[in-house]
Amino acid sequence: MKTPIQLRLNGEEVAAFADDGANLLDVLRESFGDLTVKGGCWQGTCGTCTVLVGGNPRLSCVTLAESCSGNSVETVAGLRRGADLHPLQSAFMEHFAAQCGYCTPGMLMAAKALLDRNPNPTREDVVDAICGNICRCTGYEPIIAAILDAARKGARRSA
Amino acid sequence: MTVAVKTFARLADAASAVSTERGARFLAGGTLLMRAVNEADPSIETIVRSTDPAFVHVAVSSARVELGAGATMAAILAERELSFLHRVARAVGGPAVREAATVGGNLFAPSPYGDFAVALLALDATVTLAGGYGQRELPLDELLAGRERGASLVSKIAFRRPPGETFRFATVTRVHPKGLSVLSIAALLPLTNARIAGARIAYGAMGHTPLRAKAAERALEGRALDAAGIAPALAVAADGTSPRDDAIASAWWRREILPVHLRRLLLGVDQV
Ligand SMILES: Cc1cc2nc3c(=O)[nH]c(=O)nc-3n(C[C@H](O)[C@H](O)[C@H](O)COP(=O)(O)OP(=O)(O)OC[C@H]3O[C@@H](n4cnc5c(N)ncnc54)[C@H](O)[C@@H]3O)c2cc1C
Ligand code: FES
Ligand code: FES
Repeated sequence: MKTPIQLRLNGEEVAAFADDGANLLDVLRESFGDLTVKGGCWQGTCGTCTVLVGGNPRLSCVTLAESCSGNSVETVAGLRRGADLHPLQSAFMEHFAAQCGYCTPGMLMAAKALLDRNPNPTREDVVDAICGNICRCTGYEPIIAAILDAARKGARRSA
Repeated sequence: MTVAVKTFARLADAASAVSTERGARFLAGGTLLMRAVNEADPSIETIVRSTDPAFVHVAVSSARVELGAGATMAAILAERELSFLHRVARAVGGPAVREAATVGGNLFAPSPYGDFAVALLALDATVTLAGGYGQRELPLDELLAGRERGASLVSKIAFRRPPGETFRFATVTRVHPKGLSVLSIAALLPLTNARIAGARIAYGAMGHTPLRAKAAERALEGRALDAAGIAPALAVAADGTSPRDDAIASAWWRREILPVHLRRLLLGVDQV
């Protein structure tokens, strides 16, 4: 059986039919063609599939796609504004916070969820925000530094 | 993928579907069940959901707490009046897990999961089961003892709000900042004239399901919460437990470290 799914994906209304019981990760990639969302484990353990649903971080691999119907979904594809990278993306580049890059989409979205709610996080807040996201390359410190730096710059810009 | 998804506006209808449909499983936050669906677990033929607002309702008064079984860890963390449970909710995964993981789902999470259930057991919670023909209440101990048997749908969980600083919780992990529990301990420690009167202690990952530390509870009765007062309880801390070897820790190690962490919890020494 197929189920209709409507989402506001990165600000745009989209709709598709997906298999009953399909997870949001597969539907974003296969039905909506958003390949910025990565899958690592499909078990909820690696965090690379993190997206925002209604502004909240969710593991798309263990989220029933149809439970998100009518809701907003944000992915890395929606971070850039034209030629400009999102401050988090720039900070990740400046701090060498990506090596193989596989964890990066999930890290960016977990960090965005944090900064949207808490623009002035402490290091402890940042560590908690990404504690469900596994990175096998960077040792985490550059990622933490990048998120704190993006927060500082974001705070300066809006001041 | 050949599972069907059935969504019901009323929890009672969802409960009927869970108990009557072949291969039906109730989906709450999905953090565990969707894994099985992704792996095409052949025992799951139908996923049953409910959008009933009562399922996620949280009500806190000065004396009593009622949690809809669909309340998430994030909802617990958003409720200031439940600050005594914040440490517990924060123990359940990272922010993305906490956003989905429900209190009800935690009651059915296999060991070493189930940290929130451990806290609810110490708090002497009762659960309400929804059924097509009405509701039934039972103590959480009973639900946990028979949870493998059942296709029962928990609609809500209720308990007396613990007075003052009487509730404590600790989880022991090897991976920081966030790893699965080697074990977890929750304790309700009411004092009368500086002596323990009616303690409830519960452990996670020390058995098949969260369980009560009845020997330690008895040994604490009438004792002061100091090194000498708690010594008899520590001596019997592991009585009645049956931890397993798993990827997180061996059963032997769990038994060895249990009194150390129970001691810290009872004396109010912060866990590392
Ligand atoms: C990365 C990761 C880390 C985790 N870390 C922890 C942790 O540290 N501590 C911990 O305790 N757990 C942890 N979990 C496990 C899990 O997220 C929690 O136990 C959660 O509370 C389960 O709830 P859920 O709503 O997601 O359950 P679901 O996946 O929806 O359901 C789980 C099971 O419970 C049944 N069920 C759900 N709700 C009800 C109900 N109301 N009545 C009857 N049956 C019901 C379902 O049918 C299913 O069999 C983790 C999971 C992941 C993926
Ligand atoms: S793919 Fe979702 S957590 Fe790994
Ligand atoms: S950069 Fe390789 S996993 Fe994080």
